[in-house]
Amino acid sequence: MTAFGTAAGRPLQGRGGSPGFRFFLYAVFAVVIMYLDQRARYLEHVRFVLQAAAYPVQLVVSSPPSAWRWIRESFQTRESLRAENERLREQQRELELMSKRYEALAHENGELRGLRDALPPVAERWLPAEIISIQLSGLRQRLLINRGATNGVFKDQAVLDDLGLIGQTTHVGPWSAEVILITDPEHAVPVRIERTGLRTIAVGGGDGSSLALPYLPSNADIQSGDLLVTSGLGGVFPEGYPVARVTEVHRDAVQPLAQVRARALSHIDEDTEVMLVWFRTGHPASPAASAISATEVKSGNAGMQPLAAPPRASAAPAEAPAAKPPAAPADQAPARAVRRVPSPGTAPSPATAPPDDNSAQTAPPQAPATPAESPASPADTPTEPPRSRPQ
Amino acid sequence: MMTVGQMRFRIALTALVALILTVLPLPKWLDVLRPAFLVLTVLYWSINTPRAAGIGLGFLCGLVLDVFQGPVLGEHALALSIVAYIAVREHQRIRSKPAFQQSLVVFAVLVFYEFVVFAIDGWTGHPITSPLRWLHCLTGAFVWPMAAAILSYSEGRLA
Repeated sequence: MTAFGTAAGRPLQGRGGSPGFRFFLYAVFAVVIMYLDQRARYLEHVRFVLQAAAYPVQLVVSSPPSAWRWIRESFQTRESLRAENERLREQQRELELMSKRYEALAHENGELRGLRDALPPVAERWLPAEIISIQLSGLRQRLLINRGATNGVFKDQAVLDDLGLIGQTTHVGPWSAEVILITDPEHAVPVRIERTGLRTIAVGGGDGSSLALPYLPSNADIQSGDLLVTSGLGGVFPEGYPVARVTEVHRDAVQPLAQVRARALSHIDEDTEVMLVWFRTGHPASPAASAISATEVKSGNAGMQPLAAPPRASAAPAEAPAAKPPAAPADQAPARAVRRVPSPGTAPSPATAPPDDNSAQTAPPQAPATPAESPASPADTPTEPPRSRPQ
Repeated sequence: MMTVGQMRFRIALTALVALILTVLPLPKWLDVLRPAFLVLTVLYWSINTPRAAGIGLGFLCGLVLDVFQGPVLGEHALALSIVAYIAVREHQRIRSKPAFQQSLVVFAVLVFYEFVVFAIDGWTGHPITSPLRWLHCLTGAFVWPMAAAILSYSEGRLA
């Protein structure tokens, strides 16, 4: 700022004063914008408009890869198509059988819990979305999808693929939305170890496929190969969706906490499509929106309701709003480039298919489905005390 | 000699190309090596036509960058304003240096730019601590002579 009004800033006699003065103005303006965006969240509408303006460029930029994908797909041979068709048909048959089983189990579960009817599935509506670009910005794990506010997408909405959790939306534009992946270091997802029921927080590892469980004591009952499912706390994801599998556990007698890493189940590198999910509000298995709404007993036994959420770990689901599905028309756009098979949007009973599909990945189909794996059962979460308190 | 208006049009065009190069999806290993094309472009125009470009260009380009990849609006805008200010202030000194020394200056400016972004990332609670984030300063300085040659062609110096 030494050049303020001195000869050093003089050689360009343009409008608006010396470079030092103009720089000062712009810097102040930038800081004000940053403050407004960060603290007060006044700029959500501005961001909405800017994201709409950026969308054409993003589309153009991502067109070469998608064009390449389209060319590759349209020149597939007849044999490979036939093989794929065969595989899809087999898989569909399997899924149908399993969904029958699932309905029976859900009914039985409902009866066991003394409800009059079996609960409807927690997922009310699915919407496939195409990935426009992966890794929006360098080392962050972000994603841009081609659905936005016009499709009813809202901020902090859960995003899945057919194998597991992908992330949640952070910024929503009119036709596009930004998704933060569960592997982003800024993201934390409340999970439960499926084998033991122990609850903890999984933080993104930052390398595209791994997560870390930093809040487990070193004597915690966890081992390599354990499945992590969402615990339903935190207000964004419902209970029971598969998240990751534990890959390594380091216990150090000196350290109070175990060092645990897990591998995300979703295959974001291979996906071309993800699923946006709307959950039923008031459903026992739907994400507990806040401590207040969680204590309000909607139906069933009061003792079976989800507990109030513990203090959340980090920035991720910071101020989670009540997951209110907007009453947008069910826009089940036909899948354009489905490579991985069971697109729940096209399955006969869309809402029930994916969880079972997931359990097929994680357990042999003939094994009795544990209540933890069917998303419509909040049964076991509240009964055991949270043995690990994050933070 | 071009008018300032014509010059600004060309600057906007090159900035758009640089933006597309910046947000083009690349494989991860290539992505960390990708030079900050938009920063180099702002730097070039601020050094060579400080009258038509300057701090306003830096601010605008930074704001666009924020929309595409910033965790907070205004982050890259501030960093690029600083870069443009340094370049405008020192444009005569930088312009008269040979290509290799220019590259060194560009490297220093890129490191400073990345430091500003890094600091704001940290303050706003979106830190990236991976050392890979500094790698683009090196590649940016490396491609600077080539980028400057291409941009000077677009300016009409050789044509």
